[in-house]
Amino acid sequence: MSAFWLLMIILALAAVGFIQGRSRALSSVHGDRRLLHSLPNYYGFNVAMLAFVPAVLVLGAWVIIQPMLISGQVSTLIPSELYEDAGQLNLIMSDVKRVADGLDVAVAQGVMSAEDVSQISTETTDVRGLLGQVGVALGSDVDPSVLKAAQEMRGKTTSGNLFMTIVVVAVAAAGFIAAMMMTRGDFRARNAVEGGVKTLLIGAASIAILTTIGIVLSLIFNTITFFGMFPASDFLFGLTWSPEGRGGSEHLGILPLLWGTIYISIVALLVAVPIGLFAAVYLSEYASRTTRAFAKPLLEVLAGIPTIVYGLFALTVVGPLLVNFFGADGLGWMQGARSVMTAGLVMGIMLIPFVSSLSDDIINAVPQAMRDGSYGLGATQSETVKQVVLPAALPGIVGAILLAASRAIGETMIVVMGAGAAARLNLNPFEAMTTVTAKIVSQLTGDSDFASPEALVAFALGMTLFLLTLGLNVLALYIVRKYREQYE
Amino acid sequence: MNDMTKIERAVEMSNMKISAKDVQVYYADNHAIKDVSVEIEDKTVTAFIGPSGCGKSTFLRCLNRMNDTIDICRVEGEILLDGEDIYDKRVDPVQLRAKVGMVFQKPNPFPKSIYDNIAYGPRIHGLAGNKAELDEIVEKSLRRGAIWDEVKDRLHAPGTGLSGGQQQRLCIARAVATEPEVLLMDEPCSALDPIATAQVEELIDELRQSYSVVIVTHSMQQAARVSQKTAFFHLGSLVEYDDTTKIFTNPEDPRTESYITGRIG
Ligand SMILES: Nc1ncnc2c1ncn2[C@@H]1O[C@H](COP(=O)(O)OP(=O)(O)O)[C@@H](O)[C@H]1O
Ligand SMILES: [Mg+2]
Repeated sequence: MSAFWLLMIILALAAVGFIQGRSRALSSVHGDRRLLHSLPNYYGFNVAMLAFVPAVLVLGAWVIIQPMLISGQVSTLIPSELYEDAGQLNLIMSDVKRVADGLDVAVAQGVMSAEDVSQISTETTDVRGLLGQVGVALGSDVDPSVLKAAQEMRGKTTSGNLFMTIVVVAVAAAGFIAAMMMTRGDFRARNAVEGGVKTLLIGAASIAILTTIGIVLSLIFNTITFFGMFPASDFLFGLTWSPEGRGGSEHLGILPLLWGTIYISIVALLVAVPIGLFAAVYLSEYASRTTRAFAKPLLEVLAGIPTIVYGLFALTVVGPLLVNFFGADGLGWMQGARSVMTAGLVMGIMLIPFVSSLSDDIINAVPQAMRDGSYGLGATQSETVKQVVLPAALPGIVGAILLAASRAIGETMIVVMGAGAAARLNLNPFEAMTTVTAKIVSQLTGDSDFASPEALVAFALGMTLFLLTLGLNVLALYIVRKYREQYE
Repeated sequence: MNDMTKIERAVEMSNMKISAKDVQVYYADNHAIKDVSVEIEDKTVTAFIGPSGCGKSTFLRCLNRMNDTIDICRVEGEILLDGEDIYDKRVDPVQLRAKVGMVFQKPNPFPKSIYDNIAYGPRIHGLAGNKAELDEIVEKSLRRGAIWDEVKDRLHAPGTGLSGGQQQRLCIARAVATEPEVLLMDEPCSALDPIATAQVEELIDELRQSYSVVIVTHSMQQAARVSQKTAFFHLGSLVEYDDTTKIFTNPEDPRTESYITGRIG
């Protein structure tokens, strides 16, 4: 029986458990629900929970572990002459899996019976042709040992599945019965259910945290591997980036990329911070209620535009426009449409709603009493904004700007499309440059061996980026939090 | 005989600081102040009393046009300051507020240093020619706010770091620093402990030497202690306005008497 139907069965059992548990609880107090410790539904949920949760955990674990165990056992059937290293064995094992799946399909379509499957051998049957008939194409003729292994795998999987069905149903039934036995008027069903819910919440939180830790650890280990192959000092202080290794030498210096990242981010912030901030001041201090209700969502629509669309905009509109002014026909500073300026301007536009929306919230959080105090002393509105509201909101605004900066540093699509792919250390903002993120993409796309330094450098780049944005975020959160305390 | 009356009236006229006539205030559709006419004298403390929500704050805020900052608020009627209509189109509310200062219910020091809090108004209005003059204004204001001795050693510490009572005296000193002619105070002691309240009351009595002070208060005792004139508001109307002693000993209106003796409010 497949895992899906098994899941349906335990779900049904849980549903029955809910109804049964509820009515059992009620009948144990002869229908007087005031005598129950908890509300009747809690007794139902308790039964449903105990029937469902342990069984589902067993099912999940089984579904993950069984194929690993089986393929481990089956792989011993493959003669060791056929492969040299683990990689080749993996390839053979995936052949085995395809053949086994193909046999399943053949049985399901009625081309073969279950007995046939265990009888056939490569000498008597054209397995490749047979599987081709049912729509499973194989790359080469089937080796006898592979067929043998596939048959073995099928057999083990079938018996494993049967065993799984029995165990899972038994666990579900055991949970059901145990919960039913507990169900009496004085049983604290609410506490049991709430304990279960709490565990669920803890589980969700742990998944989030563990995943983060996992990602960071993988970054760290791969970075360490990379530094084992490539000297860290060359990576950190190298002034050139040319992974192709022309003339046999390879340069993987991060500085040109870091410079590109920082340069583009600075241009973006120079655009986004003043515009976003002024927009926020207008919206929160000057705009009438109706203007605000209309303009704020409109500005926030900008934040909903996918960055690839901004990239398109950079490449097709902003770039050519800049070339008109600064290109060969104009000032002659700019070679092509792709440049730091192109990407920076567009990224700045992308960040405007980010800065304005956060700053607007922060400015609104400045108590009205501050403004009243200033007006009461005869200050004008602009004096009040400049000298009271903005200074009071400043820490929060700085936090917002730092968050925007960390977005700018992590941005990829706009850079790929707007700034180009040339790693350069240059001061001219009309020159094409590239960033850390864009290079991570180009190092890992295309044919690459994931164990080579050219690919592993992506992890080191990722690690650098991660540390950079982490630092900025921590700083921003620290500042924002400090500011929050001020008025509470 | 005739001449005598005339002179007396002239004296009385010159003593009038603010005179409000038939003032109506609406918050959208809510008619919050109805037909209020009141004459506020110079160098006098005038107390506004009345139950919560009767419009004391609203009326007080009319006197320096603070209600302008509330979109839905509309003021009708005539309010004269020294004989000039403050709601006239030519009057700049900003300049008006420099003449009619305000202290709020909750102390609201700016998140700046104590010094900068006081210097805020003088700087905006250009009252000081140089640093030395500004220093002088700051010190004088803090002394008048009866807080100089407590803060003179930490003028550059943040004003928000003071205790509630100190903050309120700082706000009073801040209002005094712009040299207003009238000082409006909206329940200035409601967030203060009895000792700080006593200090603020003492201060109000001193301010009377040079200003006209209008104070909203919930405490009968406070009104009786600090004010010379008392106005009793009820449901948006001015019920009775007279000498404080008269209001507290021999009120004309039964509603005033009920409120003072604690039966309504
Ligand atoms: N900003 C405002 N917006 C709308 N209505 C207000 C506002 N301020 C006060 N009001 C209304 O005006 C009336 C008088 O309020 P207020 O002047 O604050 O009374 P008091 O200060 O005497 O307690 C109340 O009914 C109140 O609901
Ligand atoms: Mg009030």
